[in-house]
Amino acid sequence: MYLADARDSKRRSTTAAAPDTRPGRRAAAVPGTVVALGAVSLVTDVSSEMVSAVLPLYVVAGLGLSPLGFGLLDGINNGAAALVRLLGGHLADRGGRGHKLVAGFGYGLSAVCKPLLLLAHTLPLIGAVLAVDRTGKGLRTAPRDALISLATAPEHRGRAFGVHRAMDTTGALIGPLVAFAILRATVDGYDAVFAVSGCIALLGVLLLVLFVPGRAREDAPVVRPGLRDSLVLLRLPALRRLTLCAVLLGLTTVSDAFLYLLVQRRLGLSSHLFPLLPLGTAAVFLLLAVPMGLLADRIGRRVLFLAGHGALLGGYALVLAAPGTGLIPVILLLHGAFYAATDGVLAAATAGTVPAEHQGAGQALVGTGQALARFACSLAFGALWASLGGSTALATAAGALTVSALVATRFLRTDDEVSTA
Amino acid sequence: MTRTARLLTLLLAVVLLGGVATGAVLHAAERSGKKDQEQAGGPPVHPGAVDLAPGHGQLVFRNLAWGPHRDEITTVPADRPDAPRTASGLTCLRFHAAAGTGICLQAEHGALEDTYRAVVVDDHLRERHAFPAAGIPTRARVSPSGHLAAWTVFVSGDSYAGTDFSTRTAIVDTRDWHLEDNLETFAVVKDGHPYRASDINVWGVTFADDNRFYATVATGGQTHLVRGDLAARTLTTLHQNVECPSLSPDGTRIAYKKRIAGASPDAPWRLYVLDLATMTETATAEQRNIDDQALWADGATLVYSLPGEYGSDLWTVPADGTGAPATLTVSAVAPAYLR
Repeated sequence: MYLADARDSKRRSTTAAAPDTRPGRRAAAVPGTVVALGAVSLVTDVSSEMVSAVLPLYVVAGLGLSPLGFGLLDGINNGAAALVRLLGGHLADRGGRGHKLVAGFGYGLSAVCKPLLLLAHTLPLIGAVLAVDRTGKGLRTAPRDALISLATAPEHRGRAFGVHRAMDTTGALIGPLVAFAILRATVDGYDAVFAVSGCIALLGVLLLVLFVPGRAREDAPVVRPGLRDSLVLLRLPALRRLTLCAVLLGLTTVSDAFLYLLVQRRLGLSSHLFPLLPLGTAAVFLLLAVPMGLLADRIGRRVLFLAGHGALLGGYALVLAAPGTGLIPVILLLHGAFYAATDGVLAAATAGTVPAEHQGAGQALVGTGQALARFACSLAFGALWASLGGSTALATAAGALTVSALVATRFLRTDDEVSTA
Repeated sequence: MTRTARLLTLLLAVVLLGGVATGAVLHAAERSGKKDQEQAGGPPVHPGAVDLAPGHGQLVFRNLAWGPHRDEITTVPADRPDAPRTASGLTCLRFHAAAGTGICLQAEHGALEDTYRAVVVDDHLRERHAFPAAGIPTRARVSPSGHLAAWTVFVSGDSYAGTDFSTRTAIVDTRDWHLEDNLETFAVVKDGHPYRASDINVWGVTFADDNRFYATVATGGQTHLVRGDLAARTLTTLHQNVECPSLSPDGTRIAYKKRIAGASPDAPWRLYVLDLATMTETATAEQRNIDDQALWADGATLVYSLPGEYGSDLWTVPADGTGAPATLTVSAVAPAYLR
């Protein structure tokens, strides 16, 4: 499955991998670096989701403002975040310790933003702090995934990314609980929520500094790829095919917000239960991330990546059939399974298509391509919904997804034939 | 660094950061003690019976002054807004009342998260009917007859640092409890043509009678004043750049928030009045940023909230563009006149 690396996978699984993977221990164990990065993500997500959970309440009830003005800023932020991710990936590849440094800077930047919220009392200022927060997230994502790839033997990357994503999602589910516990214990304790969130974020940065090795591979030569080297990465056929497929499928992946809205309207879910929909997807993602990662290592990451989109297609079909609220759990199961089978799995597949010294840039390229494609899909889907209605828009998306998946299957099968190691 | 040193460093950091975090929470928790003490020089508040029935010349609002009755619905004589407040014991985030009917938007603190509900109350603030609300309450209005109640809440997505907010607006008929729980399902007629869009948001209802109302519809980055017809389930656009309309008692003018081009993005909204017969706009003398649905005190005066030392204060300004803003009363929000 990991083609480009298949050649030297044997060498790496014994000598490279994580510093914590001592000989004698089963090589199959998840490297300590991955667990450490998982812990960093868990803690950081507790911190950031605490803020996300109370922000609307803070703006409306705490500050007495109406939050609709955020909408515009959000679009700008999304575009900027994608470009920052490319930058983060490129910077991380420069020099042997780049990944940890850039990731640490990204985590640090977001950590600083939490206490800054204590001082921002107007919508534009809050929007600006959130933009910096997202810049931090954009910077750290690619180097973090590169660190996970570099620390893990190629044949176990599916599991490693599965463990990481499961820990990440755990943090996202814990965050709101902590935030509301603080609000419960205090009087208008938004300042306490932001302060605690800042402390937790700092702890995440410290975990990274202390427990994530600066250089995943002691034997890795220190190469300093230039910007041009990052751009010619697309000449690697396997990475090009994977990026193309990620973009193609991203263009037909309806954003969560639209999908939940359609579920609620077509299946007649009472609107106060609406917040439970993303919670359901996240819970399924959490439970299935590791099993799906293991499955990916066994049957192939590309196969599972495609199968995940099959699950998504099944979800679309159920929403279109609108059989009644009883099937909402099944739709959420398919939606969560889609994320479990594609999110970490795509990163694992990407890792196999680029040489070690380009891991950051490679991860950023595929990730950014997918993110921009999904953003474009949102715009198109919104326009389609406006002109033809929600069901027609979803049916169109489902048709396009089918075509994309078939094309992707053809593209990715080529890769599978290469990798027989 | 050895493994032991790293673990010790982590332990030290956990203790330090844990201390800061605990301190922040304790500090915030301590405020509950202060919250229960009346602020010096603040308006006096006493518990008592609150009657929403019209004819007593009362002004009702949510009291924000610190003390045991913070956040409760209180009344004062309309002509003496600084008189001691009578606190009802009912807490609401937003409130409005007319003709003996009140609508109270409340938070219910749950184990996992806050949930919200819209409660229709009778003239003695007793609960008649409650509806679950999908998000954080922002606007509330009762029709002049007391038969209809409307409310708007903010709904937000749960994505990372999610900033995509949208609104939900509902109207209930208090005679048969028929609920329109999302006005976005009404047919929109824009510039004379049927219009459909996925990004439609409706907020800020103001009632003309028991069928006709006005509201804001936002779509494609623009806000519109719409005239709503409850029976026909339609929303018809009348004018652009109008948010949070408020209909004058005689039904001829609309006070609203207007987004000013070139104004500081920090403070884009000014208070304007639109004449419905001529569609002419008049700027009020209030030059500050207004993020509230204004209320008509009478045919000539507008009431609105502005941020104050304790949440917000109520201000007045003449509706015809003359005069100057004046403080009505401090530490108060969500007013209604019980005529």
